[in-house]
Amino acid sequence: MECVFGLVGNGFAIVVADSSAVHSILVHKSNEDKIMLLDSHKLIAASGEPGDRVQFTEYIQKNVALYQFRNGIPLTTAAAANFTRGELATALRKNPYTVNILLAGYDKEAGPELYYIDYIATLHKLEKGAFGYGSYFSLSMMDRHYHSGMSLEEAIGLVDKCIMEIRSRLVVAPPNFVIKIVDKDGAREYAWRESVKDTPVPSA
Amino acid sequence: MSIFEYNGSAVVAMVGKNCFAIASDRRLGVQLQTIATDFQRIFKIHDKLFIALSGLATDAQTLYQRLVFRHKLYQLREERDMKPETFASLVSALLYEKRFGPYFCQPVIAGLGDGDKPFICTMDCLGAKELAKDFVVSGTASESLYGACEAMFKPDMEPEELFETISQALQSSVDRDCLSGWGGHVYVVTPTEVTERILKGRMD
Repeated sequence: MECVFGLVGNGFAIVVADSSAVHSILVHKSNEDKIMLLDSHKLIAASGEPGDRVQFTEYIQKNVALYQFRNGIPLTTAAAANFTRGELATALRKNPYTVNILLAGYDKEAGPELYYIDYIATLHKLEKGAFGYGSYFSLSMMDRHYHSGMSLEEAIGLVDKCIMEIRSRLVVAPPNFVIKIVDKDGAREYAWRESVKDTPVPSA
Repeated sequence: MSIFEYNGSAVVAMVGKNCFAIASDRRLGVQLQTIATDFQRIFKIHDKLFIALSGLATDAQTLYQRLVFRHKLYQLREERDMKPETFASLVSALLYEKRFGPYFCQPVIAGLGDGDKPFICTMDCLGAKELAKDFVVSGTASESLYGACEAMFKPDMEPEELFETISQALQSSVDRDCLSGWGGHVYVVTPTEVTERILKGRMD
């Protein structure tokens, strides 16, 4: 029931992920952050088996940082996407990771980009992409309303439309979503869309 | 559903008078859902050699990367491009290496050999070569493609007529296959030039 989707706008890329951590019928928490900052200008939104998701994205994050330490310059979005695909492809016939990834990034030369990487290491550059059961609703919504070069207000409006559609039409719809954005100023959290707030844990 | 039908594909190559044409569809799907309508299946190895890979997209990408690597190494050692017949043997050997855990791809290779004589061949996922003098087909729409090509093909067609024939054969076949389509990509190669065209057909 994990929903991840993303789109490219005018000088920015947005990725949205649900924030439920689920085990069978139990929801452990509803504020799980599934979008990781890969470096200052890249975001990786992952869905799939929880252990693989955290393990694999942290592995990619640390390797991207290592490249920057060794070479003094950061990887381009395309290079990071191809590296991620390579790791998934190598592991595919040994011990595969069940993680689906949307990698969003901003380069000075290429501008904002969004890459779709399947759990079986299919790589494709897209303007709009989605994973999970939510994709049946968010992709159709984006097919109808998306156009190239959307402004931030238009894009957030479209994201909200997709979230409304998922909430109203998906049977076990996740209640909360996190929205993150990457543009020339870097990658950062944009907003949460919460309909269920976790009770805060009292501190000792 | 078979692993060969996971992403959906249609590829065809035809021989003309001192030229060849190679065409593919543009859909990238995940079973019944369409992910992208601009997926690249035909790859250039050198100016007179093209390979199209149908079947599982991740294996097509991995296999393509391995083949480009091998060809670049060959170019460095031999200081010339590979002949199509040699390349076909290379692809066949690479596929048979994985006899008991194969790449789920069926390649179609087309090139201009010695004296600019057109060469086409296809092989199954294990590397069994199938040479032909007229046309070769591959992918989920292959049965339709066999019928369409058999009906429309004439020997010794000029490049323009060859383009029309291969386009009509591709479009009519993918229209009968739900897993391939969403446009077409056609390369017509003569000894002096390479023409790339995108077809717009039934976008469903």
